[in-house]
Amino acid sequence: MNIDGVKTGIVLDHIKAGKSMDIYKYLKLDKIDNTVAIIKNASSSKYGKKDIIKIDQLIELDLDILGYIDSNITVNIVKDGKLAEKKHLELPETLENVIKCKNPRCITSVEQEIVHTFKLVDREKKVYRCAYCDAEHKNK
Amino acid sequence: MSDVRNLINITDFTVEEIDELIDVANDIVADHAAYEDICRHKKLATLFFEPSTRTRLSFEAAMLEMGGTVLGFSEAGSSSAAKGESVSDTIQTVCCYADIIAMRHPKEGAPIVGARRTTVPIINAGDGGHFHPTQTLTDLLTIKRKKGRLDNMTVGLCGDLKFGRTVHSLIEAMLRYENIKFVLISPQELQVPDYVKETMDKHGAEWKEVESLEEAMSELDILYMTRIQRERFFNEEDYVRLKDSYILDLAKLETAKEDLTIMHPLPRVNEISVEVDDDPRACYFFQALCGKHIRMALILKLLGIKKEA
Repeated sequence: MNIDGVKTGIVLDHIKAGKSMDIYKYLKLDKIDNTVAIIKNASSSKYGKKDIIKIDQLIELDLDILGYIDSNITVNIVKDGKLAEKKHLELPETLENVIKCKNPRCITSVEQEIVHTFKLVDREKKVYRCAYCDAEHKNK
Repeated sequence: MSDVRNLINITDFTVEEIDELIDVANDIVADHAAYEDICRHKKLATLFFEPSTRTRLSFEAAMLEMGGTVLGFSEAGSSSAAKGESVSDTIQTVCCYADIIAMRHPKEGAPIVGARRTTVPIINAGDGGHFHPTQTLTDLLTIKRKKGRLDNMTVGLCGDLKFGRTVHSLIEAMLRYENIKFVLISPQELQVPDYVKETMDKHGAEWKEVESLEEAMSELDILYMTRIQRERFFNEEDYVRLKDSYILDLAKLETAKEDLTIMHPLPRVNEISVEVDDDPRACYFFQALCGKHIRMALILKLLGIKKEA
């Protein structure tokens, strides 16, 4: 299958196969007017299979969200057909309004205005805890 | 978050600050007259969104005993929370009327939300099953008064160790002292959560789990009893099977040390037989008294008030 290269925009590479739609949703790519290509199950020498998202526009990316979903993703910034910058991600220390606390006893379950905040407590095991009630939320 | 000093979790205070609170609490007993009027014109708001006997009354007694005054409510129904007011709005309003706030809320993390907007110190007087730092301060003062130290001892924790917030906080606080060994006495269904075990391991603490109170009794310096709560069980059958597992009576105390300290955050149901109350090792009502003294010291610390030299 042939997909045109990005002239000026962003290529999200090395997405874990099957995760591209999650990223599309979290980054709200449906709101973008320019072309967005989602490539699923592309062959990868590193992972066997991978997903790729090509965005034909330079947009502000929330790297925290991306890092949370999959810190192996590579963010390639392309300008005039050339790779201008390559960003590697890591798990963010804090997540705000990305995931919600599922503990029914947490204050966030009853007060809608509170920013859902999670703190990274174990980088190796990718464990986040709610900043309010300390309930654990494991990274997917 | 404002730069006001609050107490949300016991780890908000350093070991040195806790020592300082204990010293002040002891000085309050030794030199009571010096503290009688020390909080004159200061107001404590007790915002209790769920009922409490000991905690609220001990806070109020603490403030009144220092010449201050108290205002507040003892259930959510008699506050604007019943109309749907947020914690944040309630706190911002009460800040206009009081110099310090003690707050209990059924939802976990509510005091953290309050602390983001407060302009006066907030004390977490219990947030659901999460933290109860003033109970832990109470426990530490009780242990210090009874044992003269907070290190080098074997602490037995008995009953509901899974949901008991006082147990988790006490373990977290005691881990900061040297050579504390924990004996965790509970049925399998009510053992301490994994994250508490991980914390103990991280601190290199020695701990073990046993199911029999008798088996552990002889090695304990402290026995911390807790209530097995009906509302924590999914079925009545399990509750009935376990509720009487750990009733402390004089027979079980036969192998206990002479200087054992028996503690309980109270209220008790039947987990400590009334016959134990007259045993000199029973300290749970003394513990309730310690609760008032440590809260007096805490109010003074957060208000930045010191006894005149």
